[in-house]
Amino acid sequence: MKDEYDVIVVGAGPAGSLAAKEAAKGGLSVLLIEKRQEIGDPVRCAEAVGHSTASKYLDFDEKSICTEITTATLILPNGLEFVLGSEGPEIYKGYVLDRKIFDRELANDAAKAGAEVRVKTAATGLIIENGQVCGVKVRHLGKEKEIRCKIVIGADGVESKVGKWAGLDTTLKLEDIESCVQYLVSGVSIKESDIRINIGNEVAPGGYLWEFPKGNNKANIGIGLLGSRVKNGARPIDCLNKFIEEKYPDAKILEMHFGADPVSSYMEKYYGNGFMLAGDAARMVDPITGGGIETAIVAGALAGQRAVEAVEANDFSEKFLKEYQKRWEKEYKNTFKRSLILKNFALGLTDEIANQYATEFKKQNIKEPIGFDSLIKALTKMDKTLLLKLGISLIKS
Amino acid sequence: MIVLAVKVNRYKCGYCGGCVAVCKETAIDLVEAFIEIDDEKCTSCRKCERFCPVGALEVIS
Ligand SMILES: Cc1cc2nc3c(=O)[nH]c(=O)nc-3n(C[C@H](O)[C@H](O)[C@H](O)COP(=O)(O)OP(=O)(O)OC[C@H]3O[C@@H](n4cnc5c(N)ncnc54)[C@H](O)[C@@H]3O)c2cc1C
Repeated sequence: MKDEYDVIVVGAGPAGSLAAKEAAKGGLSVLLIEKRQEIGDPVRCAEAVGHSTASKYLDFDEKSICTEITTATLILPNGLEFVLGSEGPEIYKGYVLDRKIFDRELANDAAKAGAEVRVKTAATGLIIENGQVCGVKVRHLGKEKEIRCKIVIGADGVESKVGKWAGLDTTLKLEDIESCVQYLVSGVSIKESDIRINIGNEVAPGGYLWEFPKGNNKANIGIGLLGSRVKNGARPIDCLNKFIEEKYPDAKILEMHFGADPVSSYMEKYYGNGFMLAGDAARMVDPITGGGIETAIVAGALAGQRAVEAVEANDFSEKFLKEYQKRWEKEYKNTFKRSLILKNFALGLTDEIANQYATEFKKQNIKEPIGFDSLIKALTKMDKTLLLKLGISLIKS
Repeated sequence: MIVLAVKVNRYKCGYCGGCVAVCKETAIDLVEAFIEIDDEKCTSCRKCERFCPVGALEVIS
């Protein structure tokens, strides 16, 4: 580790590795630090991702892909199922990844582009001078060190501290975070091209329970409950155990994963003098799906690119870095706006009403797979309050 | 005065970092595979206790 770099990236998840890769590709000296001793491990993710915009910035490598997904099945409290997917001629394409491999490969890509990667190295604070972030305090094997840089990219995930150290309030309220447990199980027969999402206040209050295929009769079965709806005795682990005992009594648990997923929608501001936040650190998770891999990848890449431009311009002011936020929001602002409305709508639904809508909708005999947009459209026909909320947001945007 | 503190059951904790994310006081730190709580900063607001997916945190007096 040197005493000075152009850019220090904190956290080697998808956001951090992409940021480091783009910055290094642009010719900057980059240090990527990760506090874990093994990148990607333990997993804190259900590992599903769409082919999507992320593929602009990386190749989904075969080694990282467990299964290819074409549909998602939504399971209502009364057992009615709806298959979601593409209606058009083009088939939807997504993957269930192996993030232990995926994350490590992304860090390797950053290293190959010229970034210095250091594991078991935690950021413990920032160096701030005259309101300008200009370095990171790190700890490696018990030794503390101060390293200076022009820009810090905080990609330190859900437990992010970089933003806090720099003066932003990144604390998540209990109603803005999902409390999660997942098992990687074997010995389950599950369709390999479909992810299953169970909703309802019985099965997963304020969240959902997922069954994602990993190939070879393996699956990620997990649950997320809204923090404010977690109760003693009915914590995520209790609800998940109940489901598995009932539905997959013969499943063998190979791994246990615990996680926290922000569903607040992205922060109002996630940059400042000398720093940018990317991925979960800036709460860039789709509030209705809980998905944050794609958005983290895009954010990391955009932050890395802006860092290159900042060094070229020799300008590390927040005014200059603001453009990064603009670019990310150009991609995701409208989607997130809609997702936030849908999330709040879903949180207000009782199981009875959800069942009633499902029954009504099934009667219409609409061809499946149904597109997500068609589903929302059908919902707005049954629920005028949703129509109103979505309508207002469209006018406002 | 009753002094409250958060106790971590290290044998239960799955080190997900959720407690760190909900702590307004920055009193919690996830150090790789264990969490550390700074009793000086902790206000016993119980948010971490509420959030924990496995119930590894407990506010005790
Ligand atoms: C249970 C669960 C299921 C999920 N399922 C999906 C899904 O199916 N699809 C999807 O798209 N998204 C899913 N998500 C969300 C997704 O996992 C995240 O949005 C994504 O990992 C964000 O990437 P990131 O790079 O921002 O952060 P992370 O991948 O969390 O990486 C952050 C890294 O920073 C490191 N770090 C933290 N602090 C420091 C420090 N001080 N110093 C050094 N390093 C530090 C951490 O150790 C970590 O490695 C899920 C989340 C959870 C909890």
